[in-house]
Amino acid sequence: MNGLTFAVQLLNGVQYGLVLFLVASGLTLVFGILGVINLAHGAFYMLGAYLAYWIAAMTGSFWAALLGSVGISFVLGLALENVFIKRMYGRDHLAQVLLSFGMILVIDEVRQILFGKDVHSVAPPAWLSGSIKLTDVLSYPVYRLALCGFCLAMAIAIFYVIQRTRIGMVIRAGAENREMTRSLGIPFDTVNRFVFAGGIALAALGGAVVAPVSTVFPGMGDSMLILSFVVVVLGGIGSVSGAAIGALLIGLTDTFGKVFFPQISSILIYVLMAGILLWRPNGILGKREV
Amino acid sequence: MNSKLQNLIVPLALLFAAVALPLLVPTYYVQLASKMLLMGMLAMALNLVVGFGGLVSLCHAAFFGLAGYVLALTSPESQAASIWLSLPITMAVCGLAAAIIGALSLRTKGIYFIMVTLAFGEMLFYLFHDTKIGGGSDGMYIYFKPDVLLGSTQLIDLDKPRTFYFVALGCVLLTVWLLRTLVNAPFGHALAAARDNERRSVSLGFPVFMVRLVAFVISGVLAGVAGYFSAAQFGFVAPQLLGWHLSATVLVMVVLGGMRSVTGPLIGAMVIIGLEEVLKSSTEHWKLIYGLIVIFIVFALPGGVQQLSSLIFGRKVDAPTPGTEVWKGARSMQPEAANV
Repeated sequence: MNGLTFAVQLLNGVQYGLVLFLVASGLTLVFGILGVINLAHGAFYMLGAYLAYWIAAMTGSFWAALLGSVGISFVLGLALENVFIKRMYGRDHLAQVLLSFGMILVIDEVRQILFGKDVHSVAPPAWLSGSIKLTDVLSYPVYRLALCGFCLAMAIAIFYVIQRTRIGMVIRAGAENREMTRSLGIPFDTVNRFVFAGGIALAALGGAVVAPVSTVFPGMGDSMLILSFVVVVLGGIGSVSGAAIGALLIGLTDTFGKVFFPQISSILIYVLMAGILLWRPNGILGKREV
Repeated sequence: MNSKLQNLIVPLALLFAAVALPLLVPTYYVQLASKMLLMGMLAMALNLVVGFGGLVSLCHAAFFGLAGYVLALTSPESQAASIWLSLPITMAVCGLAAAIIGALSLRTKGIYFIMVTLAFGEMLFYLFHDTKIGGGSDGMYIYFKPDVLLGSTQLIDLDKPRTFYFVALGCVLLTVWLLRTLVNAPFGHALAAARDNERRSVSLGFPVFMVRLVAFVISGVLAGVAGYFSAAQFGFVAPQLLGWHLSATVLVMVVLGGMRSVTGPLIGAMVIIGLEEVLKSSTEHWKLIYGLIVIFIVFALPGGVQQLSSLIFGRKVDAPTPGTEVWKGARSMQPEAANV
């Protein structure tokens, strides 16, 4: 492997990691702040991709597809929080697991009814659809580069909102101590609703932005769910920085695993997870046991 | 005296019905009943960990499916495997897998435990899905049901659906007996104590980690036995058998049947499989209705069918509502709970 191929693979790994971070950050926020385990997170990733395909096919505009997919998912998230999730805050994790399993079945079947089960693809906007010629045989799609940049910008935006803004302060306070935040007069129930909807919207955004580089297919949510779980376990529940580290680790491990050890690449990330668990059972940046 | 008699009459009547059933109904329903029994065995096995241990595992389908693959791989190409060889190998492999996954997963608690078991279960799924060990995503056929031979005489012919049903029934009865014994033994009390208050159990000197690991391994081996016979029944294994959707479905069975009883999940399995059967034959989009029913169960029946029967017959359920205690336990394990 020469330097250029290595650089391309490195870029692929980082790009994969950035998309993983986008999806997993939504999951870790919902875990950390609402204390709710949401197995349907992957289903919303899948739904985001299908919505993007649907809107792109109707309007012909990639940007309309992106915005529409995220917008619809956000509203859906608000509604679901209001009807189902808010009743889950006092319940055990088992009930949350079962509720989100039921939601997966419903979302999957609704997707089947609305969009069918065919595999689709979404065209990137025209000015991003070319590729950069690196050598005679090697070229790199512009969209993948743009995807890297976009996800990086989103990651910075997420960190900025959580670390530097007033909303972020409320979110951090709520994650630290729910009752205290509420007793200080902060409308935490509304915050909860928007955090859940925001998490769902991030999953849908992840699905929509990868639609042009990977295909849109029914099973895409399941594999993403497991990967985001591994990312959250690696990074520590509720830790957005941990999710960033975990996502990059998984992205690089998976990409280079496929290059160097193609036979066992799918097992490699779990071996990594097992290793981290032995070292730090609560994740790299997870709180130590109290 | 009267209540003692009552306690005996119901199980005896059920046992009589279970024995009489295959002689009365067509073969298709005998096979369906066998499927129900084996899924019920899986659900009861899972409940040792979930209900009595307070540990929500999402990887039990992996043990179930792994067992099927072990049977498929130990079966010779053109003849039946011997049950005396393949069943012990299956149990050993599932026990080893459960010991490794359990030892790693039990280092974590609460939400982490759920996520880690899910991830390890999916690891086994991808092992069979992506590699050629077991035919990849196409799965493998098991052309011959395992032989049960003594010398050269056939003791039991698993090819006959009615005989197979009685074998499945025997497995279920053995499971019920084993789980009852375990739950009522000091081991079971230690397991429940760790569920209700982990810190107190540790400070009282209970080897909480070991107790949980042993429960996890026993549960994994029982799930494996259910998977072994299930694979033998259908003659086919595919990676989907290891997938977490099956694990979640079995959890629904456990919750529906009631987590505080040994036999409850068996009833839950029968209800869920019966429901699937009815829904599949009546509508194309059965998963939509099934999903809505699962959501309904979570909100309306946190105590399972026992709660339903108590609503109908006005009988009070003396067991505490399942979940409340698990929740308390889970809360005290969460880092932020120290501040609340």
